[in-house]
Amino acid sequence: MLGLGPEEWTAVWLSLRVSVVATLAILPLAIWVAHVLARREFAGKGVVNALVLLPLVLPPVVTGYMLLLTFGTQGAVGGFLSHLGIVFAFRWTGAALAAAIMAFPLMVRAIRLGFEASDPKLEQAATTLGASPWRVFYTITLPTALPSVIAGAVLGFAKAMGEFGATITFVAAIPGETQTIPSAIYGFLQVPGGEGQAGRLVLISLIIALGAVAVSEWVARRVAGRRA
Amino acid sequence: MGGAPRRGAAGMSVSVHIQQRLGDFALDVAFDSEGGVTALFGPSGSGKTSVINAIAGLNKPDTGRIHLGGRVLYDSGDGINVPPHKRRIGYVFQEPRLFPHMSVAQNIEYGRRNQLYSTPNDGGLSVLGIAHLMERYPRDLSGGEAQRVAIARALTSQPEVLLMDEPLAALDDTRKAEFLPYLQAFVAKTSIPVFYVSHAMSEVAQLADHLVVMREGRVARSGALGQILSDPAAISDIGVREAGAIVTVTVTRANDSDGLSALATSAGRLFLPRVQAEDGATLRVRIRASDVMLSKDKPDGLSALNILPCTVTQLHEGQGPGVAVALRSGGDTLMARITRRSARAMGLRAGSSCYAVIKSVAVAPTDLGLRGGLGGGLGGTP
Repeated sequence: MLGLGPEEWTAVWLSLRVSVVATLAILPLAIWVAHVLARREFAGKGVVNALVLLPLVLPPVVTGYMLLLTFGTQGAVGGFLSHLGIVFAFRWTGAALAAAIMAFPLMVRAIRLGFEASDPKLEQAATTLGASPWRVFYTITLPTALPSVIAGAVLGFAKAMGEFGATITFVAAIPGETQTIPSAIYGFLQVPGGEGQAGRLVLISLIIALGAVAVSEWVARRVAGRRA
Repeated sequence: MGGAPRRGAAGMSVSVHIQQRLGDFALDVAFDSEGGVTALFGPSGSGKTSVINAIAGLNKPDTGRIHLGGRVLYDSGDGINVPPHKRRIGYVFQEPRLFPHMSVAQNIEYGRRNQLYSTPNDGGLSVLGIAHLMERYPRDLSGGEAQRVAIARALTSQPEVLLMDEPLAALDDTRKAEFLPYLQAFVAKTSIPVFYVSHAMSEVAQLADHLVVMREGRVARSGALGQILSDPAAISDIGVREAGAIVTVTVTRANDSDGLSALATSAGRLFLPRVQAEDGATLRVRIRASDVMLSKDKPDGLSALNILPCTVTQLHEGQGPGVAVALRSGGDTLMARITRRSARAMGLRAGSSCYAVIKSVAVAPTDLGLRGGLGGGLGGTP
């Protein structure tokens, strides 16, 4: 199909795996942070907000380099984790970590809008019906903000699929391990006659991106269809 | 519970003594209720909602205590503040606040799933008429239907007290008229104490047993509804337009000629625009003080149909030109508001005999309650 070679297929599957894992792994944290930023007032909220947005405004190469310093085998966290057998540097898990960090601000922003729009009066009503704060969150708050959570997840997935700068700085572009679609495209464009392979991967990217948007629209419409 | 008298010894007492500063507004409220329906009545901004939010735990007073039956919900002295979800209160808000992503059945089930203890099922649920709505989603309900579902939902969590914050406020007049009979039937049947917040005396007069009149964050008056409404000194707290006594009547002929209903009071017959009730039913009729005229002699050739013989029990002069006259008419109390000048000209004093003249059309349908008598044995405020 599409005349993809084994090397290209590897990049496609790796990208999908990295992006799905990155999105699902970071989603609970993004939901929690979005909820805290939307509903709580606390000292240092502005600082937390700025930290969350940092990967969005920093050059991706800088983020990648900071990841390398922190999670590299010589890094503060990476050194400790490598003793536990957890290694991010130059592994596909490192690519997922980079993608998750880069997708995080976009996800938080989208999900936060949903929490801000959901009505605290419904939560009060649930509380008076005897629901604990945790039950109120997962039966009322989260479902009413679900369209935004889906939008945030899709946005995060798309960002993870397209992540290049931080990934290549942190884990390089090792075929079969860390060479995702964007770094594969970049690699093919560096060699004479690679335009055809690059073009096919561009087409694949387009299909995946459009597919993700279509799926999210469909899910969001199903969710919205049940309410006023 | 059906049929059993609602104000038995089992009625749960509620005691509220709280102080709270909210910006420029100071709330300082103390009252006790021995069950039944307690109306918190007062203009907007008088602190009614803050009081029931404190009972619900949605609002934390600065100092004071709130007891429900034998349980302490809040006590600043002992540092007790039970979180709202453990208070076992039912709350019906101004808006229905139904969960949009759940069907009516799921909304109602939501309260049941959180039930902490079990108590006998309440008779009030059956009169709400929502069985046919169960499959629908909130967006497909009318305002009145949604509010009925909200009451059912509040009840299925088996609360020990039901709080209602102007549940009619968000409904237009048509929906109000549609919803009110359900509410009346419900409060007549339920066995748990109800706190009903309202600024509309017509609602309060139909629903309540006990009245707490609030003014600027304080309790201006508290006691049995009938007593306060027939106390001429309370007129200034209730408002001269809203003041008026409640008369208990028996329907003799609901469908009398000319679109009128014939009703029997303890002092004589009363004709009112047709009431929606069965012959023999007992009703509450609120007669506004400003709709009652007084005559020294039995009037003759007057268009008004309702003339009741009375004895003046008390006169109360306010700041203005008016005087409130409390009257005993058979076993009932009436109240009239006339000018000071007329009172003097008629030589009215306590013990004077006179006739009360009430225009039939003066009694609006909203002043008619299906609530039976005013029930005695209400706990007053110590």
